[in-house]
Amino acid sequence: MDILRDHNWVLSVGTFLPLAGVLVMLFIPKVEEQLQKAVALITALATLGVGVYTLTLFNYDRAGEMQFVAQTNWISVIKSTYYIGLDGISLPLYILSMVITVLVMIYSWDHIPSPGNPKAFLMLMLVLQTGMAGTFISQDLILFFVFFELVLLPMYFMIGVWGGENRQYASLKFFLYTMFGSALMLVAFLALFFKTGAESFAIPYLVENGGAIAKNTQVWIFAGMFIGFAVKVPMFPFHTWLPDAHTQAPTQGSVILAAVLLKLGTYGFIRIAIPMLPDAAREWAPYIGLLAVIGIIYGALGCLAQTDMKRLIAFSSVAHMGFVMLGISTLTSFGMNAAVFGMVAHGLITGMLFFVAGSVKDRYHTLEIARLSGLLKQVPHLAWILGFCVMASLGLPGLAGFWGEFPAILSAYSPLSGLSEVTFRVYMVIAAMGTVLAAAYLLWLFQRIAFGEPKPEFGGSTSDAHGHHDHSDHDDAHHNDIHDVTVYEWVAWTPLLIGIVLFGVMPNLLFKLIDPAVAAIVTQIGG
Amino acid sequence: MLSTLFAAADWVAPTVDYHAIAPEIIVAAGICVVLLADLFIADRSKWLLSTVAGFTLLGAFIPVLTLGLSDEGTRSLFDGRYVIDDFSIVLKGLFLLSAYVIVLLSTTHIEEGDYYQGEYWVLMLSSILGMLMMTSSRDLVSIFVALEFLSIPAYMLAAWRKRDAKSNEAGVKYFLLGVFASAVLLYGMSLLYGVANSTLLSDLASEMSGQLTSIRVLAVVFVVVGFAFKVSAVPFHTWAPDTYEGAPTPVTAFLSVASKAAGFVALVTVLYVAVPGSSDVWQPLIWVLAALTMTVGNVMALRQTNIVRMLAYSSIAQGGFILMPLAVAAEGNSSAAVLRSVVTYLIVYAATNLGMFGIILAVSRKTRSGEVASFGGLFSYAPGIGALATIFLASLAGIPPLGGWIGKFSAFQAVLEAGTTWGYVLAVIGAVNSVIAFGYYGNVMREMWMRPVPNGDTSAIATPAPIKLALGITGLATLALGILPGVALHFGDIAVFSSAFGG
Repeated sequence: MDILRDHNWVLSVGTFLPLAGVLVMLFIPKVEEQLQKAVALITALATLGVGVYTLTLFNYDRAGEMQFVAQTNWISVIKSTYYIGLDGISLPLYILSMVITVLVMIYSWDHIPSPGNPKAFLMLMLVLQTGMAGTFISQDLILFFVFFELVLLPMYFMIGVWGGENRQYASLKFFLYTMFGSALMLVAFLALFFKTGAESFAIPYLVENGGAIAKNTQVWIFAGMFIGFAVKVPMFPFHTWLPDAHTQAPTQGSVILAAVLLKLGTYGFIRIAIPMLPDAAREWAPYIGLLAVIGIIYGALGCLAQTDMKRLIAFSSVAHMGFVMLGISTLTSFGMNAAVFGMVAHGLITGMLFFVAGSVKDRYHTLEIARLSGLLKQVPHLAWILGFCVMASLGLPGLAGFWGEFPAILSAYSPLSGLSEVTFRVYMVIAAMGTVLAAAYLLWLFQRIAFGEPKPEFGGSTSDAHGHHDHSDHDDAHHNDIHDVTVYEWVAWTPLLIGIVLFGVMPNLLFKLIDPAVAAIVTQIGG
Repeated sequence: MLSTLFAAADWVAPTVDYHAIAPEIIVAAGICVVLLADLFIADRSKWLLSTVAGFTLLGAFIPVLTLGLSDEGTRSLFDGRYVIDDFSIVLKGLFLLSAYVIVLLSTTHIEEGDYYQGEYWVLMLSSILGMLMMTSSRDLVSIFVALEFLSIPAYMLAAWRKRDAKSNEAGVKYFLLGVFASAVLLYGMSLLYGVANSTLLSDLASEMSGQLTSIRVLAVVFVVVGFAFKVSAVPFHTWAPDTYEGAPTPVTAFLSVASKAAGFVALVTVLYVAVPGSSDVWQPLIWVLAALTMTVGNVMALRQTNIVRMLAYSSIAQGGFILMPLAVAAEGNSSAAVLRSVVTYLIVYAATNLGMFGIILAVSRKTRSGEVASFGGLFSYAPGIGALATIFLASLAGIPPLGGWIGKFSAFQAVLEAGTTWGYVLAVIGAVNSVIAFGYYGNVMREMWMRPVPNGDTSAIATPAPIKLALGITGLATLALGILPGVALHFGDIAVFSSAFGG
């Protein structure tokens, strides 16, 4: 019974269990909304349960190797197999996707965005979960591509149906950008396949043999992959879909997008593009670094110019992903460690920020920074949570954000030998300035909306020091909604908040997982 | 002259392998049964005819199965002019199953149409018989006969609604351009015969290689152009949008799937078996046709507001994707991968496109409109049909894990396998086109999911049982082919000619 001994079924079950939930929900009538929500939540919890079980089975001493490997025939005609496995890089992201899905389901219990229809909404979310988890465990390029694309349609509908006013434009833009990227990526995958002798699509095989391709060809193949992954990250100048998508997406969509979907791109760089095409990676690294620091500064300046809270957080994602990409572009073990940590930290923190933004929108029906004020007085818990996330996001030591950002900057001091130190040290200085800007826009955001007195239109008045909301004299539609953090929100948010502190205080929990896996990749590029 | 007549007196009947041509015989018998039954049964019992037609097709599928499972290998009849090899068996299966789905789609439409039901089924079956013959024809004459056999009933089917001006226009346009294409093709074939002094395709192969003479170039160009009309490749596509829009919707489904596939079968047969040696001529020609067909089809589809017209242009663009690998079919070792990709694409395209026509038939029963806008809010009041339509559209757009992606994937794979610069350029054009295509497929999805219901009419859609069955079959096939792409690819892989450079 090899199957039982190796436990290599856990990954398949963890990935496809959400689809079982979808099947069940398919047969429950649309009107049974509570039942739908319950089934979706139970499915997500069960999936997470499988994930936790995976965590307990994972051999932490061998985090650098693929574990739970399963390989079976899938499309033998084109030499693609169903080949999955999990190492120290995949594991945190794989689990992150499951945690986020559960939390989003809990949040959805009383936050189904208009126009309702929880059945379709939650089914899409479960399909999304399968796509995300599957991407992180695929060890075959075609399988990777299928999962990578599987997330597209659910997200498209999530933004397009349940989004804000400009949702149709935003969803189409999101879709066309990503699809353009992945079409070129697929061509690059196929070129790589043929250039390595048309033997196999297995990632380990291609990592082993990709390096033998002539450098010139590598550079071109890398270009195709670069566009595919850079659109997803998103890197400057392919980022323009992101602010629109984030602003228009429902809260749940924004959270999943920020916490997991963006990581599919950076993960692709680390797992596929760089180890398979090492010569091209060295050739491209300075340009990737350049685009990364442009992203950092551009994102930060963009944040300073925003008047909408959600849009501001979206731009801050561009800046944060810039740090991740800077770490990756150094091609060193140190930099990639920072990058993977940064991916997880950004997932927790920015996911949380979007949750808060969604709840602010629920209460105030606006996210315009100029109209919000005095949250600390009106909804103190919510405002403190926001303050906490802001601190985490700007990279305060002791919280998770720090360990993604600071080492990434530091790693640029000594990039892989062969890369220009001067160039990367310039990048380092620019990136460091980016952190100052980050502190500026985040604290300024917090100041503007949390400090001061609540605005009269939301039931606050300059004369009312307490800011309580029992003003029957100027009652309006908004201020009745303004209440502090609800139970569902507490339940959904606490794990994220704990995670931010936990990984901030004990970063080694993650680093010891990531490091061996990253080291295995860096040896491929001769680091 | 006289001597040939006398020689005919010594004619000996060839031995016929009846098992090999059993599918054709069963369909031919079905045609006779429907024709005769139509004369004698009362109007209210005419529904029987569609049942007979459906069972004829399923009955004909049985010998296809037994032929496929038999160990005898290639069966060659009439001196190699009619060959039952793996290629023909796979495609016969495809034609019969698609035709069965088309019968399901047609049944209600035809019964409610007050037109000549019996004749409809006779023509439909005749056209399918032509397609079955096409898959096995390995001789210029039998190819031409099969082509006319499948085309002439189709001209009449397009003009089925005879009191409708648009339907008449559809039929006449299709007929005139189709006949013109036949003439061009025939001229090319006569040149081929002139060069080789034989109509047998395998005889042509040896004569049509080597030195490029002007007569060879002309012959190949005329033949390819003749088929280009049939598969509505740009710039020979002009009949398609009008014909598709004017013809009754089930007939449009038939034309855009089965008839088009038959055109590709003929094209591939001639290219692979008769003129592989002239690839210097047809490869560049097909390269240009493929690039133009994909691009023009997509760009024109973006502008359509009528869904059938949009699907017409979409099917032109899809044809470009099927043509794409043929542009490098003779480079290196790519010929097998190219043939596989063409057959695979035809299989997934048939499943998906028929499904989409089923959706249009179901929705238009309620909305009585062919506008894209009539799909507004479909998901909110008919989630089942809305979800299925989304699956079909996403599959047409080539999004994994739905059937269409494996078609696109294998096409890209075949083009890149050739490893030529022209191949890479074409692949990039194809990649850009697959993004453009989402523009109009996504537009329909947007209507269904994100736009309000026109007129606020949210009454449920009553889908007749045959259409439900057809939607079920095609929906399942679209999903299954995408998740287990090995199935389609397997059939694509075994579908090789018995004697060709792909085999």
